[in-house]
Amino acid sequence: MKVLSPSVVAVAGALALTTLVMLAVGVDPALAYPALVRGAVADGNLEYTIAAFVPTLGMALAFALPLRAGEFNLGGDGQLAAGGITAAAFALLVPLPPVLAVVVPLAAGTLAGGLVAALAAPLSTRLRIPAIVSTLLISAPAVSLASYLARFPLAEQGTGIAQTPRLPEHAHLPALTEAGYVTIGLPLIVLLTGLWLYADSRTVLGYEIRATGQNREFAWYGGVRVNRVAAYALAGGGGVAGLVGGLIVLGPPYRFVDGALTAPGYTFTAVAAVLLASARPVVVPVAVALLTFLQVGGQGMEREAGVPSQLTQIVQGLIIVIVAVLATVRARRGARA
Amino acid sequence: MNIVEWSLLAGVLTATAPVLLAALGGLICQVAGVFNIALEGQLLWGAFTAVVVSDLTGSAWAGVLGAITATLLFAGLLSVASVSLRADPIVVAVGLNLLALGLTAFLMRQIFGVGGTYSSPDLAGLPTLAELGLDLPVVGPQSPLVPVALALVAAAAWWLGRTRSGLRVRAVGQHREAAEAVGLRVGGYQHGATLVAGGLCGLAGAQLALGNVTLFSEGMSAGRGWIAVVAVMLSGVRPGRLLLACLLFGVAEAIGFRLQGVGLPQQAADAAPYVITLVALVLAAVAGRKRRGNEGEAL
Repeated sequence: MKVLSPSVVAVAGALALTTLVMLAVGVDPALAYPALVRGAVADGNLEYTIAAFVPTLGMALAFALPLRAGEFNLGGDGQLAAGGITAAAFALLVPLPPVLAVVVPLAAGTLAGGLVAALAAPLSTRLRIPAIVSTLLISAPAVSLASYLARFPLAEQGTGIAQTPRLPEHAHLPALTEAGYVTIGLPLIVLLTGLWLYADSRTVLGYEIRATGQNREFAWYGGVRVNRVAAYALAGGGGVAGLVGGLIVLGPPYRFVDGALTAPGYTFTAVAAVLLASARPVVVPVAVALLTFLQVGGQGMEREAGVPSQLTQIVQGLIIVIVAVLATVRARRGARA
Repeated sequence: MNIVEWSLLAGVLTATAPVLLAALGGLICQVAGVFNIALEGQLLWGAFTAVVVSDLTGSAWAGVLGAITATLLFAGLLSVASVSLRADPIVVAVGLNLLALGLTAFLMRQIFGVGGTYSSPDLAGLPTLAELGLDLPVVGPQSPLVPVALALVAAAAWWLGRTRSGLRVRAVGQHREAAEAVGLRVGGYQHGATLVAGGLCGLAGAQLALGNVTLFSEGMSAGRGWIAVVAVMLSGVRPGRLLLACLLFGVAEAIGFRLQGVGLPQQAADAAPYVITLVALVLAAVAGRKRRGNEGEAL
C-alpha cells in the first residue's frame, strides 16, 4: 500500500481539482462522474475502452523505455504516424500471402517508428541536443509526411476523404470480439509489456539502460557503452510506437485515416500514465488502464452530461504536476529521515 | 516583384513576433538557470485568455493586459512547483503544457460554446501601426506589439549586460552556490525570471491571437513554444542571436506559407519551420562541437 501511495495521492488530488473545475463551470459532479463510469464500461463501451487500452499501453512503452535510459521521447505522434503509414503502404502495395500480410506491414511499421526515433539518438549523445526537444521537432514533420502520403500518393481515389483505401482482407488483424475492435493487438502488446518488465529488471541490457538513465558518467565508468544503450532505448521505444501505428491501421476501419492516429491523444495519455507510475515499471499497465478508463469515460460524460471531454486532459496534466511535486517532497522527507 | 519581396518581409516579421516574445522569456529563464520548456503551454494560454478578455470587453488592449496577467499567474504554477518545491522542471512543464491544452479546449466550449475555432465580430483584434497613424513603408501592416517585441529584445540585452540586477541574474544562473555565498536570494531571482517569462508568453499569445490573426483555435500555438526553446538553445543566451534564430523561423514560416500559393502541399509548409529549426540546431551543435574539439587539442 505504501508503494502505491504517491500515485494514489496524485489521482485523488487531480480528481479533487477536477471536481472543483466542474463546480466552477456549473457542472454537477453527481451527474458527470456516473456518466464517466458508464461511458467507460456500460452498454458495450468496455470493448472501446479495451481497444483504446492497447495503443495507450504501447505508447506508454514507447515513452517509458527511453525514459529508463534518461531520454525523454515526446515524439510519439510522429513515430506512430510513420509506423501507421508505412504499415498501410506495405499492406496496400505488396501482395503477400495470409499471415505474412499481417506480419510484414507490422514489422515495417515497427522499423519506421524505430528509425524516426533513432534520429534523435546521435543528436542527444553526440551533439547534446536534448531528446525532449529533438523528438518533438522530428515528430511534426513526420506527422506532416504521413498526412501528405495519405492525402496524395496513397489516397483513396474519388472520395475526397484524406485516407488510404481499405486494406486487403488478408492484412486485417484477427479479431477477438464480434465487433472486431479488440484484436490480437491486445495479447501482442501485453506480451511486449511483459517482456519489457522482465528485461528491465532481470537482464543485462535492462540493467545497463537503467544505469545509463540514473547516472550516465557512472555507467560509462562501469563499462556500459552509454551512447549505444541510449540509442537502443530510443529506437526501441520508437519501434513500439511504430508497431502501435501498424496495429491501429490494420485494425478497424482497416485503413490509414489522416489524423485518426494522433487525434485520440494516445501519446500524451501514455506520458501521463508513465509519469504517474513514477519509475515503477510494474505500475505502468495499471496507470495506463486508469487513464484510458478516464479518457474513454470522458467521451461518455460529454455525450450524457454535456461536459467537454477535454476535462480528462486537464486531469492528466494535473496528475503529472502533482506526481512531480510529490516525488521531491518524498525525496526530501526521505533525506531527512 | 518588389511588392512580393516587401510583403514577404512583412510576413517574416508577423511570423517572428510571437516566437520572439516567448523565446525572450525562455532566454531570461535560461540566464537565471531555469530550463523552461513550459513556453508552449503558456503561449497557448496567453492566446486563449487574450481572446476571452478581448471578446468580453471589446478591447484588444484589455485582451493584451488580460493575457499578460493570466499567463503570469499560470507561470506561477511552474514557479511554485519547480523553484519553491524543487520538483523536476521538465516533468512539471510537460504536465503544464498538457494542462494548458486541455484547459483552453475545455473552457473554449464552456465560454464560447464551440470547439475547434472561435472567431466573432465581438472579438477586437489589435490595430495596425498604420491605423495608429504610424505609416511605415516596407514592413507592411504590423501590430504595435511587433516593434514592442524588438524593443524588448534590446531592453533585455541592455538589462542583462549593463545593470546590477541583470548581472545578478546571470550570476545566479552561472554559479548558484557562488551567488548564494555572496548573499543573493537565488530562489527569488528564479521566481522572477519564471514569472517574467510567463508575462512575455502572455504577450506572445496576445500577438498570435489578436495580432497575427483575430481568432482562437485549439492548439494554435502549434509548436511555436518549442521552437522558442530551440531558439534559446541556438542563441548562446545572447538576445541579439536570439533575434536572428527567431527570424530564421519567421522566414521559414513565411516562405512555407508563400510556397503553398505556388502549389507546394500544405504539409510541406507545415513541416518547413520544424525542419529548418532542426537543421539550424544541428549545424550550430556541430559547429560548437568542432570549436570545443579544437580547444581540446590546443590544451
